[in-house]
Formats: sequence, C-alpha cells, structure tokens
Amino acid sequence: MSIQEFLRDLTYLLPFTYLVSWAAVLLIVDLFLPDDRKGLLAPLAALGMAVGIGLSILQVGQQQAAFNGLAMVDGFSIFMNVLFLGIGLVGVALAYDYLKRMGLERGEYYILLVFSITGMMLMGSANDLIMVFLALELLSIPLYVLSGLARPQQASEEAGIKYFLMGAFASGFVVFGIALIFGMTGTTSIPGIVSTVSSGTLLNPLIFTVGGGLMLVGLGFKVAVVPFHMWTPDVYEGAPSAVTAFMSNGAKAAGFAALIRVLVVALPSIATDLTPVIWIIAALTMILGNVVAIAQRNIKRLLAYSSIAHAGYILMVLVAYGSAGLAAQAVAAALFYLVAYTLTNFGAWAVVIALEKKEGRGLMLEDYSGLGNRHMGLAVAMTIFMLSFTGVPPTLGFVGKFYLFNVVIEGGYIWLALIGVLTSLVSAYYYLRVVVYMFMRDGEPEVRRDVWVNLTAGVTAAGLVALTIFAAPLFDWATRAVLAGF
Amino acid sequence: MMVPINYFVALSGILFILGAVGVLVRRNLIVMFMSVELMLNAANLAFVAYARHYLSMDGQVFVFFVIAVAAAEVAVGLSMVIAIFRTRQNINVDDLNSLKG
Repeated sequence: MSIQEFLRDLTYLLPFTYLVSWAAVLLIVDLFLPDDRKGLLAPLAALGMAVGIGLSILQVGQQQAAFNGLAMVDGFSIFMNVLFLGIGLVGVALAYDYLKRMGLERGEYYILLVFSITGMMLMGSANDLIMVFLALELLSIPLYVLSGLARPQQASEEAGIKYFLMGAFASGFVVFGIALIFGMTGTTSIPGIVSTVSSGTLLNPLIFTVGGGLMLVGLGFKVAVVPFHMWTPDVYEGAPSAVTAFMSNGAKAAGFAALIRVLVVALPSIATDLTPVIWIIAALTMILGNVVAIAQRNIKRLLAYSSIAHAGYILMVLVAYGSAGLAAQAVAAALFYLVAYTLTNFGAWAVVIALEKKEGRGLMLEDYSGLGNRHMGLAVAMTIFMLSFTGVPPTLGFVGKFYLFNVVIEGGYIWLALIGVLTSLVSAYYYLRVVVYMFMRDGEPEVRRDVWVNLTAGVTAAGLVALTIFAAPLFDWATRAVLAGF
Repeated sequence: MMVPINYFVALSGILFILGAVGVLVRRNLIVMFMSVELMLNAANLAFVAYARHYLSMDGQVFVFFVIAVAAAEVAVGLSMVIAIFRTRQNINVDDLNSLKG
C-alpha cells in the first residue's frame, strides 16, 4: 500500500480519523482543566460530534472500500454514522447538568463517550470480521468504565463489574465464532466469506454454522435478548442515568448494526439453520421482557425490561433475513424501528433524569404521582413516549411496529407476528400505568429544571408525532438510500 | 511429523468450553476473569492452527488484535475489581446483590 493510497483511505474514513483525533485532543484539554471546570468538555465534545455529522453527510452517495476492504463507506454506514453521532449529542445534552448535580462531573465522561461513539460507527462500517471484533471492543470498554463512573457508590460499581464480566464473556463467544468461521473459509473478510460459501469450498458446513451461532450468541448478549439478558436490568439500574440513556440506545443500535452486517451480508447461506433459532429467541424476548416489566416499580428497571422487549421486536424482523426478496425490506424496517425506538427511549430517559434526585431517589413509579398537575409539559411528553413504546398511533412507534409486522407477515411467520401483537397489548398495561400515576394520583413531584433535558424531551416528543406524517416517504428513502449495498 | 489440524481445533474447543463453564460456576471475580481469558486464548489457538493450515497471515494478525484487546480489558477489569474490593473488602459475586427487583 503506497502512501497515496493510505492517505486516500484515511479521507474515505474521515469521520473516524477525525473523531479519534478529536477525542485525543479532548484528553489533553482535560489535563489542563481544573476539577471544577470539567463541564467545559461538554460543548467541546458536542462540537466535535456535530462536525462529525457534517463530515458523514458529505459522504452521502459514496460507495468505497478502504484499507484493503477492512471498512466500507456505503449508504448503510453513513446512515449509522449519523444515527450514532446524534445519539452522542443527546448523550452529552442529558449528561451536562445531571453529572454536575450528582457530583460526578469528571472529564472522562465526555471523552469515553466520544471513543465509544467511534466504536459504534466502526461497527456500522465493518466489512471484515476483524473490524467487527475491534469495533465491538472499542464501543464496549468505554461503556464498562462509564457504568462504574459513580464509584464509590456500590450500585454503580456493581453495575460496572457486571456489565464488564458479561461483556467480556460475550466477546469470548464472538471471537471463537469468528475463529471457526475463519477456519472454515480461510478468510475474515465478509465478501471473501460470501464467495467461499457460494463456491462450495467450505471445509465443514456444520462447524461453519456453529461459528455463526456463536457469533449470534455473543451479539445477542450485546443487544440483550433472552436468554442473554440477565445483566440488563442490574446494569441499567446501577449505572448513572445519563450513562444508561446513552448506552441503552448506542450499544443496542451498534449491536443490531453488527447483527445486520454479519447475518444479512455474511451468513445468508446458513439462514435455514439460524432462522428457527432467531424465531425462538425473538419470541422468548418479547414475552419475557414484557411480562417481567409488569412487576417493576422502579422506572429504571421498567425501562430496562422495556429495552429487552424492544430488542425482541427488532430481532423478530430478522427471521426474514434469509429470503432474498425480503432481506432488504427487513433491514429497512429494523433500521426504521431503531430510529423510532431511539427517539422514544431518549425522551423517556430525559424525563427520568429530570425527576431523579441524589442517592437514587425519585425513581419509583410513586414519585411520578401528580406530575400532570405540576408540570403539564413534561407529563404530556412522557405520555407520548409511553404511547410510542406501546405502539399506539399517532406516534412513530406505531409506524415502526407496523413496518415490522408487515415484513414478518409477508415472510409467512404468522405465529411470531401474533406473539408480537399480543405482547404489545401486555406492554400497554405497564406503560399506561405510568400515565395513570402522572395524571390520576396526587403528589408533589419535584422536577429539576434544565434547559437541555427539557429540550430533549420536547424535541423527541414533537418529532415522534410530527414524523408520522412523513413516515412513508422516510421509509422509502431509507430503503433506497441505505440498502444500495445489500 | 505434522499434528493434524483437527487435534488443535478439538483442544481449543475443550479450552473454550472450560472457560465458559468457569465463568458460569466460579464465584470469585478474579477466577471468572481468568476463565474469560481462557475463552479468548482458546480462540487464539484455533486462529493460529487454521492460519498454518491455510498458510495465511490473516489468522496470525487476528491473534495480535485479540491479545491487545484482552490487555485493555484486563486493565479495566482489574481496576474495577480493586475499586469493589476497596468498598466491600470482598470480591465474591454472590455478595454483589445490592441491585435487585
């Protein structure tokens, strides 16, 4: 590789090279900031990510492989880049006041967040299993540290170590799965795997399938599907709320980005073996996530089980990934739902952050009593989020679920769709209970007034309703723009 | 005499299973952590064995990445274990039960 080619590839991956350098600059800036001024890093990190969004958008329409095909720039990767950088921006907005208030204002938060975002973006661009593994670790390791940010509080430390152990365990599965796939095909490049499989020179198809299954297990841990979900409620509850808000959106979206790349692009040949497994996992996830959520009184745990349930809905659409006619549509539906879920989830976490007090108080459902009387705007926004989680029109959550079920039924998985609809009905019980507490019980909830948190809640709530009008053109656009490569 | 590739893969499979079982049954954080490392190194063994089989460098390179990442994980993991030991004087996972619901 000549130096010219190297520089050319660096410009193809400009959003990454730029963001990593920016994070390194932030590390140096942090060194010179006095302890009480660490908040200055928030606008700097936000500025960096905003520029990153600009750089990503400039790449729209490109279709390039960089560094000997290790990473791809295509519609899918640009879409994911913008989504992840957006998640990062909201992550900074929600954290700024929260960290100050909780006495956690440390420079590490913003720097680790930027590194983690870089890992998520690489996950969307990975075109080689080496990149999938490195991106997975680059996004996870900062998240382990962030979960334990509130040390020496016991809950936060416990969340950190649990997330770390489960994450490292999952990485073990991913690496061993990659090793077996490499062993059967002789290559780690995703196009290389596809061509080896289609030329019929696989060493042993059975071991190849086992490798694919192990990768599915490892990534299943990351996106928290049953039976690999045990860590989720504990980690979501113990980690500082701003971190949980960021992680529940970012890590989930990145996990699905990897699942989509690996399943749809690299492993369509073993779809007949994997589809029944995905079917069962998706069904179990939807049922367990929604049923266990009913028993939760703590809003953070409730949202954790809700996030498990929604991972099930997105996984549900991937059962159709093997049928050539539906794969593109399935990916588009999954991405559309991912965006709808991200907006809803960030909004809900913004409300949680507005109500949280020190030492983990203000997190029970009872603490939401009377919110409708005292703070109408926040309560209405929370109602919209709960309706969007449930999938009630006119919210984006409804449109997203509509597209999901559409693909699943077209694929002929009627029973799975039925389970999805029934569990959505079950979920209405615990989502609407929050609304009942807010509007029909008396209470004097205290709310922290912070402009960024209010802005997040307001914009996501307005977006969830307003975007439903443009849902059909948005979905068509996503299908065409994102799936050029599939 | 060449040792057949299947022997290496079988050994790495056994090591991987030992590691996975270790994470699930052992209750000491450090030992669980060592079991995770065993899983990663089982994968490394499979990588180098297959790399020799194919006479390709890809597998060897992957091993270096895995080693580097494992080192980063060790740094984060051990510092968390130390932080927990400082607050609780104990690193048994069964005693990590302040989060329940």
